[in-house]
Amino acid sequence: MNENLKFIQGNEVCVEAALYTGLDFFAGYPITPSTEIMEHMAKRLPKIGGKFLQMEDEIASLCAIIGASLTGHKVMTATSGPGFSLMQEALGYAIVAEIPCVIVNVQRGGSSTGIPTHVGQGDVMQARWGTHGDHAIIVMTASNHQDVFAITVDAFNMAETYRTPVILLFDEVVGHMRERIFIPKKGEISLVERLRTSVKRGVDFHPYLPREDGRLPISDFGGVHRYNVTGLVHDMWGFPSDNPKIAYGLVRHLVDKIQNNTDKIARYKEYYLEDAKTILISYGSAARSALHVVENRRGRGEKLGLLELQTLWPFPHSLVQEKCADAKYVVVVEMNTGQILQSVKICVDRPERVFLANRIDGVFITPTDIRNILRLIEGKGV
Amino acid sequence: MERHRLVFSGSGGQGIITAAVILAEAAVLHENLIAVQTQSYGAEARGGATRSDVIISDSAIYFPKVNQPNVLICLSQEAYNKFSPIIRPGGLLITDTRYVKTYMKVDARQRELPMYQTVMEKIGKPIVFNICMLGALIGLTDFVKSESVKKVLKTRIPSDFLEINEKALDLGIKLGNAYK
Repeated sequence: MNENLKFIQGNEVCVEAALYTGLDFFAGYPITPSTEIMEHMAKRLPKIGGKFLQMEDEIASLCAIIGASLTGHKVMTATSGPGFSLMQEALGYAIVAEIPCVIVNVQRGGSSTGIPTHVGQGDVMQARWGTHGDHAIIVMTASNHQDVFAITVDAFNMAETYRTPVILLFDEVVGHMRERIFIPKKGEISLVERLRTSVKRGVDFHPYLPREDGRLPISDFGGVHRYNVTGLVHDMWGFPSDNPKIAYGLVRHLVDKIQNNTDKIARYKEYYLEDAKTILISYGSAARSALHVVENRRGRGEKLGLLELQTLWPFPHSLVQEKCADAKYVVVVEMNTGQILQSVKICVDRPERVFLANRIDGVFITPTDIRNILRLIEGKGV
Repeated sequence: MERHRLVFSGSGGQGIITAAVILAEAAVLHENLIAVQTQSYGAEARGGATRSDVIISDSAIYFPKVNQPNVLICLSQEAYNKFSPIIRPGGLLITDTRYVKTYMKVDARQRELPMYQTVMEKIGKPIVFNICMLGALIGLTDFVKSESVKKVLKTRIPSDFLEINEKALDLGIKLGNAYK
């Protein structure tokens, strides 16, 4: 038996991947369907010298990992929609203060407290715009366990590279489903480590003065340099400022460091796109049903393809535009009222040829749901 | 290989999901097969209808749920009432005599096994009911070898309880063979 072969839940895969990157601090508050992430962290972290904290709520959870990250740790928290709503204020703080951290949102069905044990993908726009003010954000997702592992590692790497919170937007089906996974060996996937400043003790350190390549070295808080961290608009010393030039520069920096790297951040998978007349675009667990339909119809010679998005934000505009250039129809498959649909429509030449196959009742979208929409488009009726 | 689609159903707390996980894990870790296990349950810790879907195959599985199971196991009346109509024609329906009174005509082989009764008579502890059911399933079908399931039991079950679980599995296999 291969030691690296496991049969575990997606939530557990996420934990394994986080530990693979060297995560050593986790704070959280349990909530279905993300609880297993916390449970496995509680089991695993103390054994490897890491710290696990159960907090009083999700607000405190995100604040705790922000503090730990500043002192030099790799950190993560996990929650579901209701907890993610509570985290929005601290999320904005982490974006503006440029603190690397990973936030997992295992989406449940419905709004508000919704249907805890069922599936949904309704938090796509919340992940993008949930916290107030102009900002950019990285949001990633995956549809199977091997990808959950790779994308989670990617999320930590991007958090370090761009010094920003990264959101992993999984869902109940991927989180709770068990399937096989081969845990990669150490060194198989490259890791991005914290970029620490080379400025010596006693020398002026500018915590918010990016290098020429745009990266921002950090000095572990409480270490050799004293500096200020704030959610207020701040100058290169980290002190509050209302200078219009500085305010303009900060917003541009926060947005540009991510938007200008959209192509580098974009992760996706494509199936049979080269000659596809109809292209399905999907992400997360919904992409499994979409792939099921594509594989079946290809078997019958129909020219159907799938573009599976793994980076949702920044939205890979040029990628979608290029892949859909020759498609007659595009069908977005998602479990919400069309949150990615809008972004896809903006990318294509003929938005009236973009359709939605969705479910919003807490039930996992089936291949039949997608086939019914395809039949309608093809004029065959349901 | 023919794709096996199974639905385990019953009431929360009966160990339905655990049994489904053990079967799928045995297939993946010890028989080099591909399997996916999903579940649906209510928000309550005990009671409420529970369902777990398992697909076992030798090729990639994308859609992870089961619409029409080849094998349907119902361990509560509510589960039987709700799920028996979805069984695939020619499939296998397994129910427990203590918990389910069958009344519907289904286009499937029906096996009503005294699993709960056997467990209570021979072991006296209801907690291994689910493992006896798993044994009965293995006895009736040949999806996964009993040795593979026993290997998984050794890793998942605390040592103090391993013996009664193995006994329950053997009881189930015998029962399954008798009703084949």
